[in-house]
Amino acid sequence: MTMAADIRPGGGALMRRLWRGGSSKASLLFLGLIVLCAVAPSLLAPFDPYQQDLTKRLLGPVFSERYDAAHLLGTDQLGRDVLSRIIHGAQITLLVSALAVAVSAIAGTVVGLFAGYRGGWIDLVIMRIIDMQLAFPVMLLVIAVVAVVGPSLVNLILIMGLSGWPRFARVARGSVLSAKEMDYVDAARAVGTGRWRIMFHHILPNIMSALIVYASFELARMILLEASLSFLGLGVQPPIPTWGGMINDGRQYIFQAWSVSFFPGLAILALILTFNMLGDDLRDALDPRLANE
Amino acid sequence: MIRRLLATVPVLIGISFISFALIYLSGDPTDFLLPVNTPEETRRAFRAAQGLDQPFLVQFLDFLAKAITGDFGTSLRFQQSAGSLVWERLGATGELALAAMVIALAIGIPGGTIAAYRYGSVTDRAVRAISLLGQAVPNFYLGVVAVIVCAVWLRILPSGGRGTVEQLILPAFTLGFGLVALIARVTRSCMLDALRQDYIRTARAKGLGENRVVWKHALRNAFIPVLTIIGLQFGLLLNGVVVTEIVLSWPGIGRLAIQSIYARDFPVVQTIVFLSAFTFVMLNLMVDLLYVVLDPRISYK
Repeated sequence: MTMAADIRPGGGALMRRLWRGGSSKASLLFLGLIVLCAVAPSLLAPFDPYQQDLTKRLLGPVFSERYDAAHLLGTDQLGRDVLSRIIHGAQITLLVSALAVAVSAIAGTVVGLFAGYRGGWIDLVIMRIIDMQLAFPVMLLVIAVVAVVGPSLVNLILIMGLSGWPRFARVARGSVLSAKEMDYVDAARAVGTGRWRIMFHHILPNIMSALIVYASFELARMILLEASLSFLGLGVQPPIPTWGGMINDGRQYIFQAWSVSFFPGLAILALILTFNMLGDDLRDALDPRLANE
Repeated sequence: MIRRLLATVPVLIGISFISFALIYLSGDPTDFLLPVNTPEETRRAFRAAQGLDQPFLVQFLDFLAKAITGDFGTSLRFQQSAGSLVWERLGATGELALAAMVIALAIGIPGGTIAAYRYGSVTDRAVRAISLLGQAVPNFYLGVVAVIVCAVWLRILPSGGRGTVEQLILPAFTLGFGLVALIARVTRSCMLDALRQDYIRTARAKGLGENRVVWKHALRNAFIPVLTIIGLQFGLLLNGVVVTEIVLSWPGIGRLAIQSIYARDFPVVQTIVFLSAFTFVMLNLMVDLLYVVLDPRISYK
């Protein structure tokens, strides 16, 4: 269609290019495993995550002194299987963070496209608002808002999503500023294409790669935010298993059974690491010129 | 310079507006300030006395006027002004943040510089691995792991509290680790860039020692982006403060914020949100002004 579009590989080619890199193969496989955990947790989990057994409280993992071979990673303060709760916890983590990123990506992209394309005072005002929101220590603000409106699933997704829109708006606006000087935009304007059609049909596809890379990093950030909120007791409420909530539960028993807090954290760490590395690899795959940065 | 200063005014008004709206939306204060069975007339009288029956904008301007004089209302939990309550805890948080920043700078800048100078070496790869990890590990988890290793397994450090130097080590490390990673990464990439410049070749050509070239000429030029990051990362530090203080029972404003949220003590929450955003804006301003000192080419017209 256009020159800018030609250097961008299609979906299949992109996946192949990603797959070829050794580190991204590992991150894609791990991501696949976590998605499987989120979609069909009962298939993988050895136990029901809600099933309590007070005779088997606070068992250690299999390599520790006090263990039960059935519970690979031990049990928590109510005798629930830690591994099963980690597997089921993937659901909330992925659901909340993916939808929150979707909310911020859509809101931010529309606003950023509009600001960048229109320019002038509208751009100036929107940039001021973006600066202002970025000036807020996001987590404290999100914590305060969640505390005011209550931590329901929908509230969490909306608040987390709206906390992230300025970053997307900035990326979208920056890319639009360079894309709108391209010849194909001039050409579209010359044949009388409407403003919205130019924005969404001509410019958006060309800044998509920048947004996809950014979304991967944002996913990592949202997972961190969700984990922090549920750690503070402001995420999805118990008894639904969340990784952050499990760490907090285990904290009170840390001297008896360190494993209750330890393993859910590894899952968070690994997933954040995965999205960060995937973001790096995506950036390299989509734009070979940036490969060395 | 004047324009840069003026640009902060709308931002400051904006953050006060958000802090205020937060409390305004939190519901009718008479519900949790007065006993449940209070008759409606008493409630109305209370609202009138507190100015709660005024329109939104009037209440906001009133809040703004009081906030300028440092009056943020009274804590609902303690019979004490919210401002002084936060002020009391500020020292503890300041101590923690300062210790974390010192750790981050003391490790991050030399680490990043050496990694750039010995590009591709073991040190470089170690610095890169640590930065990747530092970006990914949640602060609260790092704190929990630090407690598991140092307090549960090795029993060499206390698991919380404030007072002794031993008690400062774990929280400062927990809070500083993410910053170490970030500062090392930015220093590394800026130094890589700086070391390729012509003036470095000139400095070497005129016979300056390697140490002087690297640590003075290159680092000074690489320092500006690092400074920006440090300024901008105050927000990150503050996010970290909240969970670090919770995990390691550090009696600062982060822990106060969470406790106040649990107790629905909104004036205190409002004060903390407002003051932290205010501090963040001021730090950004200071960073911008410091540029002018560090790089004479930049000026704010």
